[in-house]
Amino acid sequence: MKQIVIISGKGGTGKTVITGAFAALAEDKVMVDCDVDAADLHLILDPEIKQSHIFRSGVTAFTHKELCEGCGVCKTVCRFEAVKDDFTIDPVSCEGCAFCSLVCPQNAIQMKTNVSGKWFVSGTRFGPLVHARLGVAEENSGKLVSLVRQKAKEIAESKNYKWVIIDGSPGIGCPVIASITGVDCAVIVIEPTLSGLHDARRVIDVVKYFNVPAKIIINKYDLNHDMTKKIERWSEDNNIQILGKIIFDKAVVESVVEGKTIIEYSNDGVTKALRNIWRLLEEELDRTN
Amino acid sequence: MIISIASGKGGTGKTTIATSLALSLSNVQLLDCDVEEPNCHIFIRPILESRNPVSIPVPGVNQDKCDGCGRCQEVCAYNAIAVVNKEVLIFSELCHGCGSCTYFCPNDAIEEINKKIGIIETGRKNEIQFAHGKLDIGMMMSPPVIRAVRKHINKKKTVIIDAPPGTSCPVITAINGTDFVILVTEPTPFGLNDLSLAVEVVRKLGIPFGVIINRSDLGNKKTDEYCVRENIPILMRIPFSKKIAEIYSRGDPVVKELPEYREKFQGLYKKIKEIKTG
Repeated sequence: MKQIVIISGKGGTGKTVITGAFAALAEDKVMVDCDVDAADLHLILDPEIKQSHIFRSGVTAFTHKELCEGCGVCKTVCRFEAVKDDFTIDPVSCEGCAFCSLVCPQNAIQMKTNVSGKWFVSGTRFGPLVHARLGVAEENSGKLVSLVRQKAKEIAESKNYKWVIIDGSPGIGCPVIASITGVDCAVIVIEPTLSGLHDARRVIDVVKYFNVPAKIIINKYDLNHDMTKKIERWSEDNNIQILGKIIFDKAVVESVVEGKTIIEYSNDGVTKALRNIWRLLEEELDRTN
Repeated sequence: MIISIASGKGGTGKTTIATSLALSLSNVQLLDCDVEEPNCHIFIRPILESRNPVSIPVPGVNQDKCDGCGRCQEVCAYNAIAVVNKEVLIFSELCHGCGSCTYFCPNDAIEEINKKIGIIETGRKNEIQFAHGKLDIGMMMSPPVIRAVRKHINKKKTVIIDAPPGTSCPVITAINGTDFVILVTEPTPFGLNDLSLAVEVVRKLGIPFGVIINRSDLGNKKTDEYCVRENIPILMRIPFSKKIAEIYSRGDPVVKELPEYREKFQGLYKKIKEIKTG
């Protein structure tokens, strides 16, 4: 079983569209949506939810006003500016360290477990999908990412599947790190813009930091041919393989509007490029057993 | 006034809006709080004046004083401390720097040491005051870096904050306490799904907000319908244009090459002020 994660650093470069295409092209696979902040993969995979679980993680302080004598020690120790002037807690700022609760001489502050989201195991027309919904304004997205990945891995192992295909989130922080550790290949989607390359370089540094092999797809490459050449040269200099290039095509947006993967929607340029990319990726990963 | 620019989905045009607004107004401060992937500097090209590390305090154990009692492990809410055979092991990447272990150690054996997790750079471009943060590679927690950028807020100016994408802690840290949020979206099912999540966040924080629909002619009408249904003002629509995409791809500011957009962004600011004053 091999795990592939699709990431980009910069948002909106086409991660989810490409993940959806891989879902349509790969055989024997489990899909995972690790963009638990703003999950979108379900919009093109149309999952039927089979299991729904509550994700509990972390704690938040709560002041029992009737016990509080207003000494204010809680406010002096809190480093997250979460204790308000009336010694109640701003749950958005609270990081759940429990320092206030531990120092309170009246035991007036209780730590309450957060219900931080939900996670699901679903069936789709392409196979199982493990996805999640982090509660709005919640923390610990990294833990939720690790949880859905673990579940997907278990399903893949129990069914003897070949692939776990992971849709990642933008950025380089906690959820991204949780989505790349231990995978067999990180596919970095770059758009030919100065910011696209800037952000990809940072995420590739993260991928290297965690010793994960990386490969590149240049998406919408015809929006700026000079920048595409620059990315190609950069990839060569840094010894990172480019799996392929995909043109900009409004058909991609149309396919999303119809709730389909681009593979199902069109047989033209984008689909052809993605078929070749998948074939190459499969060959490359089969070789590195 | 502090205006923050956010979106659930990435790549909808936050940075384009933030930098265009900054270049269209006077007496402006631009703060890039997307510290995982800051991009404003690419378009603004500021002359940098300062560069300072951002650190969080993590525990360091003085083995001579430590008797291995395990109190630090008990009070740590993040499993960042393990005491094995009376020896204290610190996992600093899990530490939030709350200071609890240091306070509760009965032997004063813990002293906090600063662990660098990012940098803040400040500078200016003509009239624009600029600051951004960069999270170090391999670090998990961006909120302390975002808070460090926000320390530079200059209330004498119109402050524009470019926020990271998403709906969780980094976004909250960037936009909480600002006066108005611009949510940038695109009219696709992905854009709409993530917009509706971002709207929940902004409503939870109780900040007035409006929507900009970027690439407004790609996709469908559902985003418009959603905004009408939810009574959310649509502040601006920017149709898809290969010209804009091409200017963006070079890292050039849109309002420089298409000056007609300068007026549109001034109009946007006026509209926000009108909404704020009711």
